[in-house]
Amino acid sequence: MKYLDEYRDPALARRLLAELGAVATRPWHLMEVCGGQTHTLVRQGIDELLPAGIRMIHGPGCPVCVTPIETIDRALAIAAAPGVVFTSFGDMLRVPGTTTSLLQVKAAGGDVRVVYSPADAVRIAAEEPDKQVVFLAVGFETTAPANAAAVLLADELGLENFSILVSHVLVPPALTTILDDPECVVDGFLTAGHVCAVMGWTEYEPIAERYRVPLVVTGFEPLDLLEGILMAVRQLEEGRYEVENQYVRAVRRGGNEIAQDTIRRVFQVSDRIWRGIGTIPASGLALAPEYERFDAAVKFADVSSSVDELPTECIAGQILTGAKLPTDCPAYGTRCTPMHPLGAPMVSSEGTCAAFHTAGRTRPPVSAAASATG
Amino acid sequence: MCLAIPGRLESREDTYPFPTGVADFGGIRKQVCLAFVPEAAVGDYVLVHVGYAISSIDEAEALRTLEVLRAMDVVETELAGGPS
Ligand code: SF4
Repeated sequence: MKYLDEYRDPALARRLLAELGAVATRPWHLMEVCGGQTHTLVRQGIDELLPAGIRMIHGPGCPVCVTPIETIDRALAIAAAPGVVFTSFGDMLRVPGTTTSLLQVKAAGGDVRVVYSPADAVRIAAEEPDKQVVFLAVGFETTAPANAAAVLLADELGLENFSILVSHVLVPPALTTILDDPECVVDGFLTAGHVCAVMGWTEYEPIAERYRVPLVVTGFEPLDLLEGILMAVRQLEEGRYEVENQYVRAVRRGGNEIAQDTIRRVFQVSDRIWRGIGTIPASGLALAPEYERFDAAVKFADVSSSVDELPTECIAGQILTGAKLPTDCPAYGTRCTPMHPLGAPMVSSEGTCAAFHTAGRTRPPVSAAASATG
Repeated sequence: MCLAIPGRLESREDTYPFPTGVADFGGIRKQVCLAFVPEAAVGDYVLVHVGYAISSIDEAEALRTLEVLRAMDVVETELAGGPS
């Protein structure tokens, strides 16, 4: 697609940076909520090109990273059970549970398969009726409609050997949790364009008003991010606190209503534990009672394991809320690397620690820039 | 995992229970479920996440945004007294 290549146009990016430099008169802290955005910002070095004082704080936007260890341990126990085909997106495979990971369960003979789509997991269930096929349903609002549709598909097909282990999380309650923290330094947010493609942005409007923070619905290309940052900084400089949409080409205010209906049909809002943060009330989705027969946690209640999280030097909680940078972690790059992750943010390419490591970050450049100016 | 990729719908079929299609992602073709954008027609761009189209992409809107950015470029250059 031609215009997408243009969203990577370096000359336009330079002009946006110049404009940002002209608009910004004081330091501002912006949080990008989505791990995909973190990945682009860090990989392209955009966070380091920003005018002094404009600092990006990397939020809890990686679903892999916030999936609680209890869910991972339960997934591992189910995956190791006989007769089970355990299916998952690839980036969950190396996430460390208390003692092992899906990759290690697979190496030990477990039938763990990577799928591109939850629909592929349903297909496997249809093709292998003598197996119990379980899909690890994690993600934000972006992924929830797909996982809900997979349940509806399995229901239509009358499959009794398909179930999902659900650990869905919702963005707005995470934002208010971050904003309620007395140590919160975030002045404005770039919200995740793909989450908003599904949900729209009406639920962000009360947050903007109540906390007096600008929220800009932002896409994932370098130009999108720069424009989103510029829009947020403009609002801050002008004393406005609104929800604005940078990602007009894909997001409408009401979002995708069919997708929202599908979510509401299959899931209900529930409390959810966020790894490294703790329980956030009404911040997740669980299967609605009508679809409980597709709930792997119920189906495999007897194989589920619950182990207390071992003490670790991982500071993922502070990374996820933006309080610390990966380079502040004593294990970063030494005892903790993408091949041997101690914590989830080092596992997924969308995790802040992995994004920093892949980009070869060795010192905290943004903090240094921020302290030099203020 | 949060990535959604824009693809061009090459074909569509009214499969049960959800319509499906094949989208082209810059040379790579993949099957896409159209449950959430049932109105998508062949030739349209859709934003695809884990095999499901979650939004149609407005190409005109995308081009217009670029125009706005370019216009800003012109104004900026003008104000700065020429290209920097
Ligand atoms: S570098 Fe590793 S140990 Fe440190 S916070 Fe990140 S994931 Fe945890």
